Amino acid sequence: MKRLLAFAPAAIFVLVLVGFAVGLRRDPTLLPSMMIGKPVPAFNLPPVRPSDALSGRGGLATDQLSGEPVMLNVFASWCVACRVEHPMLMRLKEQGVTIHGLDWKDEPADGAGWLAERGDPYARVGNDRTGRAGIDLGVSGVPETFVIDRKGRVRYRHVGAISVEDWNRKLEPLLARLRAES
Amino acid sequence: MRRLILLAAVLAAMAGPVRAVTPDEQLPDPKLEARARSLSRDLRCVVCQNQSIDESDAALAHDLRIILRERLLAGDTDDQAVAYLVQRYGNFVRLKPPFQADTLALWLGPLAVLLAGGAGAAIYMRGRSGPPAPLDAAEEAELAALINTDEAH
Repeated sequence: MKRLLAFAPAAIFVLVLVGFAVGLRRDPTLLPSMMIGKPVPAFNLPPVRPSDALSGRGGLATDQLSGEPVMLNVFASWCVACRVEHPMLMRLKEQGVTIHGLDWKDEPADGAGWLAERGDPYARVGNDRTGRAGIDLGVSGVPETFVIDRKGRVRYRHVGAISVEDWNRKLEPLLARLRAES
Repeated sequence: MRRLILLAAVLAAMAGPVRAVTPDEQLPDPKLEARARSLSRDLRCVVCQNQSIDESDAALAHDLRIILRERLLAGDTDDQAVAYLVQRYGNFVRLKPPFQADTLALWLGPLAVLLAGGAGAAIYMRGRSGPPAPLDAAEEAELAALINTDEAH
């Protein structure tokens, strides 16, 4: 018993070490999403693009987010990290990935200006001026990207700009898996 | 130096409790406003994570304060209003986490450490207590031999 007790401090040290090794590597800004597995909350957002307003195509509504697995990208013209992410979204669009846009806490004119100036990676894009649709999704900042399955359920939430690595490791395999789901 | 201390004291006296709530957010009904204030002190701002939404200047904290007041105006109880935000942001928005299965370690962990420490201390104290047993004849002889060799040097 005594001999075992002599090892106790070392054992506690190892435990603490493991605790720190796990705890300190986690990014505290990554919060678990409450939306995983749940249907996208109901919203019907007005258009951002003037052309969508003129043609009557409209902005973005919840029922347009089911059918095929898609990505829903939350962005804003005032968001700095979105500038970093934007070229990646353009490349994904070229690859044929369907991305819908949610222009969060932004004036429609500013969102439209952003798209006209930098290019428009979105299939549909809606303006969420008050930010309520984003808050219903549990958005804590921009950019954030949600992966939505055929049934219109949120399956994954990506916080921050999408990097090539994020796409290759996480988002692309997930979309492929969701496409294979019936 | 004295002047500096005086200045610091004056400044400290002037600094009231820091609040981010702006007048246009406040509800006309002081009772509802008081409820909103006390609830928002226990809700975490998800942008600047160690501030409550009552203290935070973040735009999202402002939105959440407004939403909280809207819920109260709509007749929600305190629990319902908080649940509305928890539904969206998870239990993380509560600065005081609820007592449930996945927070057991959080709530009971300190108690477990205290008990373990107490048990360790008890074992140690018991090991120390009581005078040592007197030496038997063989040990006495050995001791005497050791003392004698030492003296011989």
